[in-house]
Amino acid sequence: MKTGIPTLDIAFVLNGVRVSATVEPRELLIDVLREKFELSGTKRSCDIGVCGACTVLIDGLPASSCSMIAADVDGREVLTIEGLGTPQGLDPIQQAFVAHGALQCGFCTPGMVLAVKGLLALNASPTEDEIRHFLRGNLCRCTGYVKIIEAVVDLAQRKHLG
Amino acid sequence: MLPARFELHRPDSLATALALLDEYGEDASPYAGGTELLIAMKARVVRFAHIIDIKRIAELRGIVARDDGGLSIGALCSHHELANDPIVRKHAPAYARLSANIANIRVRVAGTLGGNLCFAEPHADPPALLCALGAEVCLAGSRGMRKLPLQDFILGELSTVRTDQELLVRIEVPGQPEGARAAYRAFGHLERPAAGVAAVAKPEGKGYAWRFFAGSMCGRPTALTLLEDAMAGQPPAEALESLERTAQAAVEHIETYDDLRGSADYKRHLVTVLALRSARAALGLEERVA
Repeated sequence: MKTGIPTLDIAFVLNGVRVSATVEPRELLIDVLREKFELSGTKRSCDIGVCGACTVLIDGLPASSCSMIAADVDGREVLTIEGLGTPQGLDPIQQAFVAHGALQCGFCTPGMVLAVKGLLALNASPTEDEIRHFLRGNLCRCTGYVKIIEAVVDLAQRKHLG
Repeated sequence: MLPARFELHRPDSLATALALLDEYGEDASPYAGGTELLIAMKARVVRFAHIIDIKRIAELRGIVARDDGGLSIGALCSHHELANDPIVRKHAPAYARLSANIANIRVRVAGTLGGNLCFAEPHADPPALLCALGAEVCLAGSRGMRKLPLQDFILGELSTVRTDQELLVRIEVPGQPEGARAAYRAFGHLERPAAGVAAVAKPEGKGYAWRFFAGSMCGRPTALTLLEDAMAGQPPAEALESLERTAQAAVEHIETYDDLRGSADYKRHLVTVLALRSARAALGLEERVA
């Protein structure tokens, strides 16, 4: 018999779709996304909110899904990398990363792309300094960041030009 | 790693939250952004049977301009809100700038000022500048409210005067006199600052009365009184010369220690550099001198 463990029911919008789940209070958002919803694009790395690999957007703003409980997205909107673009029609951010070769192993890329999405929603035409400042919390161990910054600068300039 | 099991409470009023804290005492912890508490719970260095999520309590939100030109900040305000709020940018631009530079964007969005102060992790940006601005904190308990200077609220590392039955509800930042200036400068190579210095200058004599607080050095912000005394009332150029002359002596006896952010000597050195930068920034001068 497997009882006695308190759970709660949560409902939220995941990648544009209304979903619900029964979770333990201690369950972390990253585990619910990866295990319950089988969305493995959200990556676990440092597990302490420092590296940004597990970044998702909650109500449009970046969050470390490794360091928040799933109960906290009750009633909110969550966007993971699976909700951005399609294999046939990449999101412009994804397209810019491809065009600039702004990835190597790809492990940080989902978090990086979502962080950029969050940045552009707050500031449609960020300067290079603003881009660097905003992405400070997303670590990449392959690229040396130059191509990532170039991709976002290019995107911001194109956005700016309309 | 998962935290140990806990029961989650989500009160939507201050009265309900305080009743829960009364009921569960040291077995409970208030929970807001979780940027520090959850990490500690995941590492199993702290454990609570009851987590009181206070994010639904409207009384703990909002930023209001005070009649004296200062700010009244709800404990649940996030660093991201504080960085971008027009009232904060107008009344305390130095604090808005500090908020915009805390850790990373995810921490700024989730992390609250109240949580930051209550957790009292010494390597943090807000306390030094808030102390220099003379901020006070308001604590609510089921038997009433109390208000005390932030300087007296922080006791040491991870330790404050807040009891298990109290919640930090607001942070009051008094208005500064006409012509007052403030700046905060920090340095570190990790997420958290290795050291930070806040400078607040209020017109006095031919120059300013200065307040300096060094943060991240030990359990609580340290007033740099030697600098304050040396610079008081002097015209700005003279005051900066006094600062440079006195800085070494001012940091010599600051309590600090070696840790992964640097040796004690290194951190004391940073304070001399950051004191000059924050003073120059407060005066509107180029921060770095060749």
